[in-house]
Amino acid sequence: MTFTVRQISRTTDGREIVRASNVDARAIKIGRDAGSDIHLADLAVELHHATITLLDSGRISIVSETDRDFAIDGRSVQNVEVDPLKGGELVFGSHRLTISKDGGIVIIAVERFEAVSDSAGEKEEIGLFTLSGLLAGRRMQAWSFITAVVVLFLAWPIYTYATTSGVKNRTAGFHADESWNSGPLSKAHAKLANDCQACHTEKFVAVTDNTCRNCHKNDSHDHSTKARLAQAAIPADFGGKVKSFFKVTFNKPEGGCVDCHTEHEGEGYMKPTKQAFCTDCHGTLKDRLTDTKLANAGDFGTDHPQLQVAATVKVEDGQRFYRRVSLDTKPTENNGLIFPHDIHLAKGNGVARMAQTMRGEQGWGASLVCKDCHTPSKDGHRFQPVDMEKDCQACHSLGIGGKTLKHAEPGQVVAQIRSFYAAGPTYRPASLDNFARRRPGEYAAVETAQDYAIGSRIFQGQASEAIRDVFAKGGACYDCHIISQTPSKGAPVSFRPVVQPARYMQKGWFDHAAHKEETCESCHAATTSAKATDLLLPGIANCRTCHVGENGGKLKPVKDPVASSCALCHDYHLDNKAPWRSKLKQKRLDRQSQAKITIASRN
Amino acid sequence: MATQAPNRSAQSGRAKSDGTHEGFLRHKRFRWFKIAFLISLMATLGYIFIDVKPRPNGGSWYGYLMGIIGTLLILWLTMLGVRKRIPSRKRWSLKGWTSAHIYLGISLAVIGTLHTGFQIDWNVHTLAYVLMMLVIISGLWGITAYTRLPKKMSLNRQELTENQMLEGLRSMDRQLHDAAQPLDHRYAELVRKSLQENPFGGGLIRRVFAFYPKSKARKMLAILSEEITFRPVEDNPIERLDGLLARKENKVARLRKHLQYKARLEIWLYFHVPLTFALIAALSAHIVSVFFYW
Repeated sequence: MTFTVRQISRTTDGREIVRASNVDARAIKIGRDAGSDIHLADLAVELHHATITLLDSGRISIVSETDRDFAIDGRSVQNVEVDPLKGGELVFGSHRLTISKDGGIVIIAVERFEAVSDSAGEKEEIGLFTLSGLLAGRRMQAWSFITAVVVLFLAWPIYTYATTSGVKNRTAGFHADESWNSGPLSKAHAKLANDCQACHTEKFVAVTDNTCRNCHKNDSHDHSTKARLAQAAIPADFGGKVKSFFKVTFNKPEGGCVDCHTEHEGEGYMKPTKQAFCTDCHGTLKDRLTDTKLANAGDFGTDHPQLQVAATVKVEDGQRFYRRVSLDTKPTENNGLIFPHDIHLAKGNGVARMAQTMRGEQGWGASLVCKDCHTPSKDGHRFQPVDMEKDCQACHSLGIGGKTLKHAEPGQVVAQIRSFYAAGPTYRPASLDNFARRRPGEYAAVETAQDYAIGSRIFQGQASEAIRDVFAKGGACYDCHIISQTPSKGAPVSFRPVVQPARYMQKGWFDHAAHKEETCESCHAATTSAKATDLLLPGIANCRTCHVGENGGKLKPVKDPVASSCALCHDYHLDNKAPWRSKLKQKRLDRQSQAKITIASRN
Repeated sequence: MATQAPNRSAQSGRAKSDGTHEGFLRHKRFRWFKIAFLISLMATLGYIFIDVKPRPNGGSWYGYLMGIIGTLLILWLTMLGVRKRIPSRKRWSLKGWTSAHIYLGISLAVIGTLHTGFQIDWNVHTLAYVLMMLVIISGLWGITAYTRLPKKMSLNRQELTENQMLEGLRSMDRQLHDAAQPLDHRYAELVRKSLQENPFGGGLIRRVFAFYPKSKARKMLAILSEEITFRPVEDNPIERLDGLLARKENKVARLRKHLQYKARLEIWLYFHVPLTFALIAALSAHIVSVFFYW
């Protein structure tokens, strides 16, 4: 007996089963063939893979029968000699052959160490049918995401806040707390976009009014006192209560600038305030603010009181006193002038004919029109006061002996007349010497002839007579001015002061430039006005022929409605400037004309 | 189809047509669908008809309300993961909970969108919103998977358990191994390679699309089929091998189809769950940031 082959197999619970067989030969075959001495049911093994031969020295040689290798102690070889006493480990395919010697017999223990197939091998059956192992675990992913988001969007911005707190101007470039920016800032504040702390100065504290006033020193007048505002406000509805609850809970004061001026609402100009913002209080203001002089005002199209204008009451020491009166009361005012609009604007009368005569000189048309005397102000919003020298004197000359009497300077007028008479007496009536206002038309010639006769008889070239006459009825000044006292014995002449208010509606904004598509007559009934005391201002009914409420509210059909919220005419902060919405409109028009110019210049 | 459905149920011996079985979508006659629809409708009508000032956004009182409801919903929806791990059938069945999770989750899309006031930008606030929408979309993907795949899966499985499938495969391998013993080296090597092939192998793409172009078993089968075509019929061992390989190929294909269905039932969760936690992190950052710079 030379060899003992021990076939080792294992039960499912890992217990060894050993089947031993003895072979009495000097050479034994190893192979897959069932007839082999060491039968290895292993597809990686050849049918006759190798032969083991017992040498005379007691060693054994293992020689491959094909060109295929086997392994000895981890080395790949095709033949090898082994001393069984020292032992060795051969590997054929998935089988391990361990060589040893016991009592002169070579013992070869054979054991399979790999399963017959991949699926037959032991598998981690839990999770085998799932995606675990193919994808990063959900828990791992979740933690990675949480870490990334918290670091990038919470820790880093807070770090930025902490490190730049108190810094006056942040450096240019990105700052991590910009990722908290809830939306682009409006145009005016756009440059603050990377400096959150310009407004958000204190953590967990809402933007304060003081922060706004750091820059807005002169354009943030109070609407009214806080107490009156609180009294005027309508009681909070459900939504208002919810909001108040949040404000109280999270320490945000009521009535701050940011209540209305919400930022981060998008690029461009800040949006004008919605109508409801005003009408919530003003629609029913008298119910709560019983002592107010303001009428309730709601939607412009349907629920707005008649316009009130500042009508002049008196002028003292150059100061104009006025009272606000409703246009419903057909108010008049004495502006110190005597002037019939109807005669000046009539077609076919003497004035019109004179205008025609002076067409070449003045560029007038068939009759006078408004713009021949009224000049818009520089900004186009309103009109400049009518100026005697510039706007009247072309017809109404104050000439005397080749000179012109100084308008609005009675003292100088007196001196001029005296100096005229000192040069030599005259019997010519004032109208011929241009002392009097020259009237157009033929009847003026008759009047002049009569004056001549009277003058020749009475005045007889006396300066003091002429002076009295120029300020008296029929004199040059008297026709247009109200003269309460003519000069006598050194007492000065007294004129009623002339006022030409540029703005009658001081609580509302009206822009003539925005209405230049309209004719003057469509609003101002000048052609039928015979007295200067007529206030030629249109009432709300006139406005409503075009202007409807913010949401199209109207009392009568309107052909081309112009939606008009409160902010079109009114300004919350009560300064003398245009309300924001009107400004916005102007800015838009400017941009459009700019664009047109650019296109034109390209063409 | 309507007339066929009861027959099929009867054949498969399942109690589907007796009306006792209700899926998570139909649970309690669409109770949660109705509730969620009502919530969404009320939120939308509120958004349309309540004129918040100065303009609708997350900072108006209605925005706050939507934000709070949304946050609470998100936290509650996340609790499904906890609920799943607690076996209890008392008041809230897991099916009812799942049904509520699905429908309230969909209504969250409405509430969250209204909360934004449609102000979308590149910031942490929109990040939270986008993550929320991604979670909801992945959830919808999960619903489609769960309504369409289980039926196909059970048809494919032919009432075998996963263990039985695996055992069947092992048995085929053993038989192949035995049958290949007498064959010469070339065939033995082919069989060995096919046996070494891992039927569970391949990456995510293979798994999800059941795309295995380089299957050794199939290659082996092709070679054998070609060779035995020109051999006499009585050449037995190879003939047997061919049959066995064809059967194994069939079983592997079925297993891989099964794996594909399982992958598709599962993969959406790899988006749904981690994104949920990303959402909660972004939501926290959103809430903190709003009050931090208040």
